[in-house]
Amino acid sequence: MPWLWGVSLAVLLPAVAWALFLSPADWQQGETVRIMYVHVPMAWLAMSGYAGLAVASVLALVWKHPLADLAARELSPVGAMVTALCLATGSLWGQPMWGTWWAWDARMTSVLVLFFLWVGHAAITRAFEDEERGARMGAILALVGVVNLPIVKFSVDWWNTLHQPASVARLAAPGMHISMLGPLLACAAGFSLLFGTLVLARVRAAVMERRVQALELARAREADRIPPATVPA
Amino acid sequence: MSGAASTGRSGGLGLAASRRRRRMWVLLLCGLGLGGAAALALTAFQDNLVFFRSPSDIAASAPPEGRAFRLGGLVETGSVVKDGPEARFRVTDGAHSISVSYRGVLPDLFREGQGVVTLGKMAPDGGFQASEVLARHDETYMPPEVMDALQRSGHWKPEEGAAPPAASWNTLQPSAQPSGRPAGNGG
Repeated sequence: MPWLWGVSLAVLLPAVAWALFLSPADWQQGETVRIMYVHVPMAWLAMSGYAGLAVASVLALVWKHPLADLAARELSPVGAMVTALCLATGSLWGQPMWGTWWAWDARMTSVLVLFFLWVGHAAITRAFEDEERGARMGAILALVGVVNLPIVKFSVDWWNTLHQPASVARLAAPGMHISMLGPLLACAAGFSLLFGTLVLARVRAAVMERRVQALELARAREADRIPPATVPA
Repeated sequence: MSGAASTGRSGGLGLAASRRRRRMWVLLLCGLGLGGAAALALTAFQDNLVFFRSPSDIAASAPPEGRAFRLGGLVETGSVVKDGPEARFRVTDGAHSISVSYRGVLPDLFREGQGVVTLGKMAPDGGFQASEVLARHDETYMPPEVMDALQRSGHWKPEEGAAPPAASWNTLQPSAQPSGRPAGNGG
């Protein structure tokens, strides 16, 4: 695990330095364009992370794999965090560029819904005394929310919005100069590695927690079975 | 004995597999139903999901006077007149255009040829009285040097419309062109 943290930071730190200090300013946005190097990877992670949550939920509901439940449960707080960062950085960019912090257009509203889905999943999986029931509720919520993913992605194409259409993830050539596309893809790789490492670390910790609980339970049962008088003082 | 045990086990496995298959079908049907319902709802509310209306939409069916709505399009080339805090410009979508008047601060990205979304009401004179002007960002990202090179070579005048196809400039090396600007973009 420590090597995973090392690899993540070894990719992320130079990528961020490249994006913040070495890449050029934009011809019309000026230095504000640098917000994009955090905003876009967060948006990609919010969506691909949710796709991962949906896969884990299918595995949990159909194949009843215990690790899938655990992965979904540990994924959602991290997913909520990246979606919140996506919304916050977008807002910081929108104020100077568009002239407003927020607009209820289809893209922004659907990403806000995505954030509520992440938070809702994190809450519902922890809301029941019976963990299995919470996991099942969470999996159903996650799968219902999958409807929102194409809406987020295609909102800028289906309806007119304040938010601009895609520059990179589109069929035509990227509408971004290579001197900006390079640091953006590097940042996306770095943040994705960090995201994966965070989720893996959480899943590992959760597995160990279960193991400790099981051991303690076994020990308590053992202690119950042996009358206290026979235990040497 | 062992034969009976093994048939028992395979029977159990078969049961588990069929249960799994049933769960998969239930999930798939629910997904189809939900997806269909969402698609129907989104189509039904199509008109309410657009953020702004274009000058052509307004020409086709003008909203009643006094009703606030958002008008969006491109700022027409050569139409911007600034008079102190008051700005006048025309918003066009190529087919129709509407003149807009606005008092207030314009966003950084506001310029001729840029997309804008304005909130306001139709005035009695047929113009649009805006209380808010937002600039849209076209999905092009390029360093100023590349922009300069495109403008010098006559490939793009930003006040006249959208950028040329991205493939023609997204790997352009401006430092290769003779320019007074130091090529200081280390990236």
